[in-house]
Amino acid sequence: MLTSAALVLMMTGPGLALFYGGLVRRKNVLATMMQSFAMMCIVTVLWAIVTYSLAFGPGNSFIGGFHYLFLHHVGLSPDPDYGATVPAQTYMIYQLMFAIITPALICGAFAERMKFSAMCLFLALWTFVVYSPMAHMVWGKGGFLNAALGGRVPCLDFAGGTVVHITSGVSALVCALYMGKRVGYPKEPSPPHSVVLSFIGACLLWVGWFGFNAGSAVAANGLATSAFVNTHFATAAAAISWSIAEWIRNGKPSALGAISGAVAGLVAITPASGFVQPMSALAIGAVAGAFCYLMVTKVKSWFGYDDSLDAFGVHGAGGTIGAILTGFFATSAINPIFGAGKATGAIDGNWHQVLNQLTGVAIAWGISIVGTLILLKLVDMTIGLRVTREEEIEGLDVTQHGEEGYDFAS
Amino acid sequence: MQKIEAVIQPSKLDAVKDALLEVGIEGMTILEARGHGRQKGHTEFYRGREYTVDLLPKIKIELVVRDEMAEKAVQAILSSARTGKIGDGKIFISKIDDAIRIRNDERGPSAL
Repeated sequence: MLTSAALVLMMTGPGLALFYGGLVRRKNVLATMMQSFAMMCIVTVLWAIVTYSLAFGPGNSFIGGFHYLFLHHVGLSPDPDYGATVPAQTYMIYQLMFAIITPALICGAFAERMKFSAMCLFLALWTFVVYSPMAHMVWGKGGFLNAALGGRVPCLDFAGGTVVHITSGVSALVCALYMGKRVGYPKEPSPPHSVVLSFIGACLLWVGWFGFNAGSAVAANGLATSAFVNTHFATAAAAISWSIAEWIRNGKPSALGAISGAVAGLVAITPASGFVQPMSALAIGAVAGAFCYLMVTKVKSWFGYDDSLDAFGVHGAGGTIGAILTGFFATSAINPIFGAGKATGAIDGNWHQVLNQLTGVAIAWGISIVGTLILLKLVDMTIGLRVTREEEIEGLDVTQHGEEGYDFAS
Repeated sequence: MQKIEAVIQPSKLDAVKDALLEVGIEGMTILEARGHGRQKGHTEFYRGREYTVDLLPKIKIELVVRDEMAEKAVQAILSSARTGKIGDGKIFISKIDDAIRIRNDERGPSAL
């Protein structure tokens, strides 16, 4: 579990930092990487003080209380509800890594134009308003959507399709719409300054994701193996389906396309990873790769929003399709979460589960849209969200941090 | 005096330099440049967005020579820089009013 926790942290830094850093223009590389790194620090401190308690502490159906404030009652003996064989602090630190990467993913939508101060404030508040309640509802004991610990609508989300990817992806879309386009978009080109960095980042994400999904079994057992295998299969299938779609449309399969497809597959298999058979994982990956390709290349330009690094197109869209497909493919042969022999997903005959999944998806979309809008408005009215036009043109590295990513003269 | 400005393929720089030295040209200025004429450029795709990369790397050579040397220099560049393909570049020639050697105020062709 500790190794898995370390792997999940590696997904944010350096994984996501490199992935996003490579996709922006040269003048914004450090600012973009700093956004991921800032989350590693800010979310950690908040988690230690209060947000772990809000997410996983005893509370009502929608949010935890203050029982775990300052990590009181979170000791080294196991909490049988969350992990009977690991210390409660192991579970706490593992869950922290999820809370870090989720807001960091949103940064893809407002990259290259948000003030550093506004980003820190907005995302810190976001972990209270969106992440903590959503994590509590899906994974917290007694949460409204919890499938294992007494939820009213049991929504299957093994490792964070709703909690991590829909919340971050949909919030990203709201950010892109609220903040508006980058200066010059879409007329002036803003191609990635280094697909090489993104490539390394994406491969680190793939490896780190084994900690994310297999670790979510909270034990070294068959279920962890199942999640590991499914994660790997879906990712490969999605990379291939995105590449084929691109090959047909553009005549060439690009490196950026292949790695984007892989990330789409990782996202989509996340909720399903501990519930489905390996062949279902291949299918989920193949669907997600082509679907996200369409979202990123077609849907984005139809609507004209500037989701700079496609946080919505990959995480919002992939998370949604993955959460719904989990309802179809979940089987008691892998994870009898509703009791031995009881049907889990539609493939077992429990079509009602698709409805439960849709409920979870709707709640995740709802809380993300409302929470993000309120917070953006709040930060906008107090300290302002965007850098000035001149600062944006000069680049965030110099204007926000007073340094440059690459100094070729020295 | 005449100024010869030649925009050439970067891969031809050494050949052009050698050819100019051979006909007796002693000084020149080399600039790394980007540009395009009829060659246009190429297309790149990033997540479905199409980018036309129309400014390609080029080398610009500038030299100022005495009138009688100008045609020799032009011929040297033509023969050494040509690949026969589109994108080989262009040569521009213009008149120069005066030249001054900063070291000692020397003026005119003898300053070259």
